[in-house]
Parts: sequence; C-alpha cells; structure tokens
Amino acid sequence: MIGLVRDIVTSLGNAGPLVRLLVTVAIMLASALIVLGIVLLYEGFATYAERKVAGDIQARIGPNRVGPYGLLQFVADGVKLLLKEDIIPFYADRWLFVLAPYIVFTASFAAFVPLSYSEHVYVADLNVGVLYIIAISSVVSMAILMGSWGSNNKWSLFGGMRAVAQIISYEIPIVLSLLAAVIVPASLDMKDIIGCQAGGLGIFRWLLFNNPFTLLAFFVYFIAAIAEVNRTPFDIPEAESEIVAGYHTEYTGMRFAFFFMAEYGDMFVVSALATTLFLGGWQVPFIGGLAMPVWLRELLEVAVFFGKVFLLIYVMMWIRWTLPRLRVDQLMDLCWKYLTPIAFFNLIGASIWVLAFHGKGVYDLIAGLYAH
Amino acid sequence: MAGADEKFMQVSMGPQHPSTHGVLRLLVKTDGEVLSSIKPYIGYLHRGLEKIAERVTYPQFTPFTDRLDYLASMNCNLAYAMTVERLLGIEVPRRAQIIRVIMAELNRISSHLIAFGSLSADMGAFTPFLFGIREREFINDLFEMACGARLTYNYIRIGGVSQDIPGGFIEKAREFLDYFPPKIKEYNDLISYNSIFIKRLADIAVIRPEDAFDYGITGPNLRASGIPWDLRRDEPYLVYGELDFEVPVGRGEMGSTGDAWDRYMMRIYEMEQSAKIVRQCLAMLEPGDHTAKVPKVLKPPAGEVYVRAENPRGELGFYLISDGSTKPYRLRIRAPSFATLSIVPKLGKGVMIADLVAIIGSLDIILPEIDR
Repeated sequence: MIGLVRDIVTSLGNAGPLVRLLVTVAIMLASALIVLGIVLLYEGFATYAERKVAGDIQARIGPNRVGPYGLLQFVADGVKLLLKEDIIPFYADRWLFVLAPYIVFTASFAAFVPLSYSEHVYVADLNVGVLYIIAISSVVSMAILMGSWGSNNKWSLFGGMRAVAQIISYEIPIVLSLLAAVIVPASLDMKDIIGCQAGGLGIFRWLLFNNPFTLLAFFVYFIAAIAEVNRTPFDIPEAESEIVAGYHTEYTGMRFAFFFMAEYGDMFVVSALATTLFLGGWQVPFIGGLAMPVWLRELLEVAVFFGKVFLLIYVMMWIRWTLPRLRVDQLMDLCWKYLTPIAFFNLIGASIWVLAFHGKGVYDLIAGLYAH
Repeated sequence: MAGADEKFMQVSMGPQHPSTHGVLRLLVKTDGEVLSSIKPYIGYLHRGLEKIAERVTYPQFTPFTDRLDYLASMNCNLAYAMTVERLLGIEVPRRAQIIRVIMAELNRISSHLIAFGSLSADMGAFTPFLFGIREREFINDLFEMACGARLTYNYIRIGGVSQDIPGGFIEKAREFLDYFPPKIKEYNDLISYNSIFIKRLADIAVIRPEDAFDYGITGPNLRASGIPWDLRRDEPYLVYGELDFEVPVGRGEMGSTGDAWDRYMMRIYEMEQSAKIVRQCLAMLEPGDHTAKVPKVLKPPAGEVYVRAENPRGELGFYLISDGSTKPYRLRIRAPSFATLSIVPKLGKGVMIADLVAIIGSLDIILPEIDR
C-alpha cells in the first residue's frame, strides 16, 4: 500500500506539495476504509459462524431467521447494538471508560496492517512485521485495564486484573515460540517468512515441518494464542459464571460491540500469524510450476490464506464449545510451569538446529540424502 | 473501616449473578481472588408458603408445593400428599403408587440433568447444559402427556394421582429409557472425565461425613461423602421396597471422598439408577384405580405428623399439625437445600472465587425451596 501511494505520488509529476499531501492522505484514508470494511464484514460473519458452530455442537440450529440461513443475523445484531442506550455509569471514570473501547478496537484493527494476504495483497510491507503485531496486540491489555478500572465496578476490576495478568503472561510463550520459527528464515518480514516456505511437495517446507522444535512451537503458540484472545478454556477475564462479564460488565451498545469485535479481530490476527509463520501463509501447494494469469494466482493465494486462517478459527470455536475453563491459578501454572519452559527449550533447540544444518529443514535434509 | 479489614474487598455476589442458581446473595470478602469469608443472605424469593398453608384447605396447598423445588415438582407433590395421607390414614391403590414412583424417578432424572448441566455451565462448558436440556425435554413431553403441564405439574394429589396415565405413555417412556442411558456415556465422555473439569472439582470443598451430619446435609450430597443413606432404601415408602436399585456413594475416585467431583458424579450415577427403577415400575404396572376414594372435604383428625421423602436435593420433610378443621393448623417445611446452603460459609473459607462457583454448583441448591 505504501508502495502504491509512492507510485501514484511520483506519477503526479511536478504537482505542488499540498496536492501531493492531499492525494496521499486521500489514498491512505480510502484504503483504510476498505480494510475496515473487510474487517467488519469478516467480524460479522465470524460471529455468525461462531453461533452456527456452537449450534451444531450443542444440538441446536443456531441463527436462521434473518436472511437466508440466518446469514444476515450479524446485521440485525449490529443495528441492535447501535440503537442500544449508551450507559455511562455515574461513578465511572468517564475518560478512561469512554476511551478504552476505542483503544481496544484500534489496537486490534492495527494488527491487520502487516499481514500479507497474498504475494501482492497487503497493506504495508513492514520489515518488523512480527514484532509489530506482538507489540500492537499488547496495547489491548492496557485498554482492558483502562476499561475495567474506569467502570468502577468490582467485577470489572476482577476481570481487568485477570485479563492483564493473563495476556502479559501468555505473551512470553507466544514470543518465544514465534522466535523459534522466525530464526529459520532469519527475518521478521512477513513476505520473507512466507517466501521461504514455498515448494517441498506442497507442504513440507512449511516452517511447521522445518524441524521438531518448530512443530512443538506451533502447538505452544496456538495454545498460548487462545489464551491471548481470552477464549475458553482460558476465558477467565470474562468468565460469566464467576465474574459476571469481566471487564466489559458495565459496557452497553456500541462500546460493548467494540470489545466484542476486537475479540474476533484478535482471533483472526493470531490465526493469521500462525498461518504465516507455520503453515506456509498464502503459498498454494502444488501449483509452483504451472503457468497462470497473475489475477488467478493472487485469487488462489488469498483463498488459501483465508482457508487456513478460518480452519484455525474453527478449531478455536470447536475448543470453546467443548471444554470447561481453567481456574485462574491453574491458568498461570500452565503458562509459567509448562508453556514458558517448553518454549524456551524450543528456542534453544531450534537455534542449535539452524546452526547445525545451516537453516535447512527436515525435508531438505532428506531430499539432500537422495540427491547424492 | 480501619485495621485488619482494610486488606479485604467486600463484594456482593448476587442476587443478580449468573451462577447463584436463582436469587441468592452472597456477601463475600476477598483478598484478590481468595475469599476470606462468605455470608449468604436469603429471602429474596420468600412467599410465605408456610403461612399460606394455614389459610388454604389441604388439597388447595398441593399446587403451592410445585413452587417449592420447581425442578422436582413431582417429588414435592409426592411428599406433601404422603404427609396428608398419613394424617388421614388413606391407603393409596397400588397402581397409583407405581405411577407415583415412575413420575418421581423421571423427575429426579430431569432435576439431576439440570444439576449436571448447570454445574458444567458454571465451569465454563455450556454444551453439556444444552445436552441436559435436550434430554429433559423428553421427560417434559412425558409429563405433559400425563398431566398437561411441563413445569408445575400438580399431578400427585392426596389419595393418588390426578388422572391415570394416558395411552401411549408407557411406550414413550420405554423409548426414553432406551434413548437415555447411552446419553449418560456421552456426558461422561464430554465432561465428567475431562481433565480440566476434574482439575476444577477434585479435592475442592470436601465435606467430611461428620460435617455432613452436623449440618444436616442429605441426599446426593450426603452420599457423596461416603454415607449410604437413602430413604428410598432405608425407610421405603410407596413400592420402593420391592424395587432393585443401588445407592451409589462417593468413593473419592478423583480426589478425596466428598469433594465436588464426587457430588457431581453422584447425580450421574443416580440418573442411571432412576432409569433402572422406572423400567422396573413400567413392568410392574397393572390395571387398577389411579386414586383412592377421598372425601370431598378433608377433615383430618387433630394430631401431628412428620413425613419425609427422598427428593433429588435431599430429604424434603413436611411437619403438619391438624386441629381437626379443613385447614392445617401449622405446616413446617424442612427444605434440604436450606441445610445444604448452611455449609457454604464453612466450605468457602480460603478458596478462590471460581471455587465458590464450583461449590454452589456442586451442592445443587435451589432457592425457592430455601426461601419458601
């Protein structure tokens, strides 16, 4: 996207600096709106999918009234939330209370920026993409704390404290397991990471199969990621049977919807990160040598990327509607006593592997044996 | 408030809280997540049932007993009917006795289904709850066939039952008995032996046998502590003496005897046994009267009587004093949940908020019975 802006601005030739600025801002705004629209659409359908999956698992039908197969249920929900009375509790800290939903939503939305949806479809090609996502998604925990403290409600406070403790703790295994994968391509840039996963009989150059440590890292990452987005069995910050609704107890209408949408946005981001780092990103298996028009290739890549992401999201929904939740101390035990040490071990193991085999994966090593 | 209390936060849990199973208010003092004291406040559902009994005739009070333990109305009807029958010296026809046992045991299953489901929901797994509702629906249909109502049945009347079971009832009940036992296995696979679920419940809130005696705990909660006491077997009423069933007791399979998991599992075992009882009763049914000859106006001789029956939540007792008029002089209701609730402050010292939810869920209290 930045590249596109640069190209268009250069093509303006010798226009005045004001025109250049205006054009740049216009393009930026337009593209932000497009991405926002897509994200909102995704979130709408994700809530629909969640309810359908839940219905399926729980022997119910799920939404089926609004639109064909209830597909437009999310529109009805959105309109309802928009029309709801916006209540700010009398004793709330108005500033923190009002600001928190926006920060949550912005942080979750901003994490979509460095993702690479296909070879040419991305918003920004950041050379620190992975780091950027990790950093920006931590902002969520601050906003949750703001909202929970600002609500001036004891249940919200419980929820906020739990959320912050949980998100910060689980950040560590997430980062450590991502590092175990990142050291193979030796880059934090999404494009480089995906680029190195091409070929290998379709899937065997994925970083997931690069070495035993990355395989383990994927599972550590995925478990920790479920905790990072506060979903069952790690949904203790909003455990409705214990602390009512946790940090968003006092929020109504659109403010609540922002928290809600941020959760689905985060689900996409963590799944997309897993896809990018471990599952080959947008690499379409088996079409390496085929000649095809660029648009078709791009379309296939986008479809493959979203397919993988939605598969991971489906697994998250599946887990959510099957398992009970852990207690807060058991949750911390899982993080500090199991996931973090495993992730550390992984990182060391993966580093030794990369040093020993010069970054070559299991597939390349086996293929190398047969080449002789 | 200065001094020692300063480090505690006082939170009012309920009367509107998702996991207090009705309108129970618990005033808890917490140090972070850990509870230092619990004080239950009851009475939000007080309707003065015992006083009402003094103003209505004996048969007129039967519908009020539906509103005692609304998840087991049949059992409450039964206990009340038996009390008045004892006072009047009415002999209930055999067919009516068998129908009563069928209804009481079916209601026990449906009540335990809710207990099992709501404890799972309290633990964060919502799916088992809906599975329980699904099977309960079947029982509700059966009750609807028999008496037209799905929640407050008013079916078991003084002298017998309000009407004979309709045609097709026995077949449908047999169909249910074939359908139900495999579902219990499904529950066990889904949640009972789930390791997170066990981790949440095993060794939590252990009730020692002597404490159970001291607090007057009865029913599945008492049996979970390892005491094989069941009125149906030890003080048989109706046709229970002729039936072959086991009384499951807690063995501390996953932790210590009398922990929350044992109490949970008692319900699962009892559902199996109840299904067995219903099957035997269906085979025993033979033509006969569905009610004894009861005079239009009931005027029991002056005197007093105490009758108790095994309800899904423990022993429900009615202490009835008659002064020879058409209305009871005094009716005292011994509600099992009241005794059960009284142990909560003892169990809840030093546990975490999430455990408190597990304690209340595993004790399976019901508020209308406590508040009366």
